Amino acid sequence: MLILLFDTALILEKSILVIVLFLITLGVAAYSTYGERKVAAFIQDRLGPNRAGPFGLLQPLADGVKFFTKEDFMPNAAERWLYILAPGAFMFVACMTSAVIPWGTQLTIFPRPVDLQVADINIGILYVMGFTSLGVYGIMIGGWSSNNKYSLYGAIRASSQMISYELAMGLSIIAVVMLTGTLSLKEIAAQQTGFNWNIWYQPLGFLLFFICSLAECNRAPFDMAECETELVGGYHTEYSSMKLGFYLFAEYINMFISCTIIATLYFGGYNFPGVDPGWLGGFMGPIVLFAKIFFFIFVFMWIRWTIPRFRYDQLMHLGWKSLIPLAILNMLLTGAGVLLFEN
Amino acid sequence: MLESIRQIPIDYYVYLSTLLFVIGILGVLIRRNAIIVLMCVELMLNAVNLLLAAFSTYLATPRARSWCFSSWSWRPPKRRWGLAFW
Amino acid sequence: MTLYLFLTLAVVSVITALLMVFSKSPVRSVLYLILTFFAIAGQYILLNAQFLAVVHIIVYAGAIMVLFLFVLMMLNLNSDTEPQKSTVWKLTAGIASGLLLVTLVGALRGSIQISTPAEANGRVGLVENLGRVLFTDFVVPFEIAGILFLAAMVGAVLVGKRDLQV
Repeated sequence: MLILLFDTALILEKSILVIVLFLITLGVAAYSTYGERKVAAFIQDRLGPNRAGPFGLLQPLADGVKFFTKEDFMPNAAERWLYILAPGAFMFVACMTSAVIPWGTQLTIFPRPVDLQVADINIGILYVMGFTSLGVYGIMIGGWSSNNKYSLYGAIRASSQMISYELAMGLSIIAVVMLTGTLSLKEIAAQQTGFNWNIWYQPLGFLLFFICSLAECNRAPFDMAECETELVGGYHTEYSSMKLGFYLFAEYINMFISCTIIATLYFGGYNFPGVDPGWLGGFMGPIVLFAKIFFFIFVFMWIRWTIPRFRYDQLMHLGWKSLIPLAILNMLLTGAGVLLFEN
Repeated sequence: MLESIRQIPIDYYVYLSTLLFVIGILGVLIRRNAIIVLMCVELMLNAVNLLLAAFSTYLATPRARSWCFSSWSWRPPKRRWGLAFW
Repeated sequence: MTLYLFLTLAVVSVITALLMVFSKSPVRSVLYLILTFFAIAGQYILLNAQFLAVVHIIVYAGAIMVLFLFVLMMLNLNSDTEPQKSTVWKLTAGIASGLLLVTLVGALRGSIQISTPAEANGRVGLVENLGRVLFTDFVVPFEIAGILFLAAMVGAVLVGKRDLQV
């Protein structure tokens, strides 16, 4: 269908972009594990990993080797195929979202300008929403098919948490959509030139979105799904070897992607005052965006090592009784503002 | 894009959604599990939606498509049902 | 190419729908139905209705099926707890739906004549047009759907409250 109308150069270009993006995602996720340990060590006044390579920089590699060489254990009573399928599905969904994110404007160093976005679909935000809502399946299927009550509890907690926080997240995204008048992430990023970022118009919306993305990633203080003191290991209690590795890894990918979306929706994406994203042959845009992303990843880690975990009923109260009413209020205020100032 | 769509005769869409609809009816008739029965009803609704979307594309009008939303509005009662199950 | 894509999606959706109906384990049924919905979303994209496709995924795969899966897992409804209908009943149901299929196909055969308008508007499926139509021509059904939502919400709250007091 679509592909027939395009030329081969475009297909080649997009495939290279996809592969590069995939590698970058994996690399960032791998080094987030290292970063997390280093940040934790810094906050707790320790040294952190420092044995594998200089400053422990080869630690993620060592972890990967460890995951691959561990015994791959499967419980007897597990639903065999679903048990194997679940981590893969979780990982797949986590990786899919990066397709619609505008990483920059255009690369101009090649013979033809290269768009730094895999697919500019006109409903980018909805696509992101759709794939975050699919993330629940990896957890639910994994927890259920392990045939272990702790896994099932973890899965049910994780999924009810994700469903609850998705609502507030969607409502805060709607406010952004009302403000920008488009569903395309590319246009949203392009509108925030210079210092004209959405955060100045949507401070409450940003706060809500940030809290919800913490919950969607199952990060502390909302990591009820793998609350060790109550649930052994949560939904991945019965997983070992690289299947467990997939789950842990996909969580870091999710964190990376949510930080990217926060940066794109509220903090100008690849824009920065005084910096043209077209500099360095177009590489300036991604550099600026990644600086913002790394900052937010750091904030995520900072929160994890600072704030204690919520209790489950507190979590649900926060989601349903505070965040959703606030998100609706934010939506009404945004609507009023748009009516007042745009006419 | 739109031209390439019209390589497919609209009959194909009609027959596909008829088939899905009938599978849904079959499911409603032979299954006892209430949730599976509901899922089969879902499938029937989806078959109708597919048909509406196909007609709206072939006639190049958004009017038919907007009726899809009216069949989606069927879902809140179902959610209530799901909640009542708890 | 388009035709092959259509046929693949169609075959996938029909096979997974059948598996959904005949699968013994309810959880598997739910998963098969999710695959069916993905195939139907693929059809929507083929029909140039991206918005419909994504909303379809969010609504069905993201919300309704999660809820069903949830209920199934909580209640642990396994295949052995589901009361089976008798073979005669199943046979009758099969024959009845087969007859319905034959009748529908027979009635539809050759009766579909569609004249496509000369100027094809590729932007029909886009959000702007859909929104405009929903808020002008279809505003009454739209509002009625809104009232239905409200009623369902009130009902859900009521059901939840009654459970609490007991």
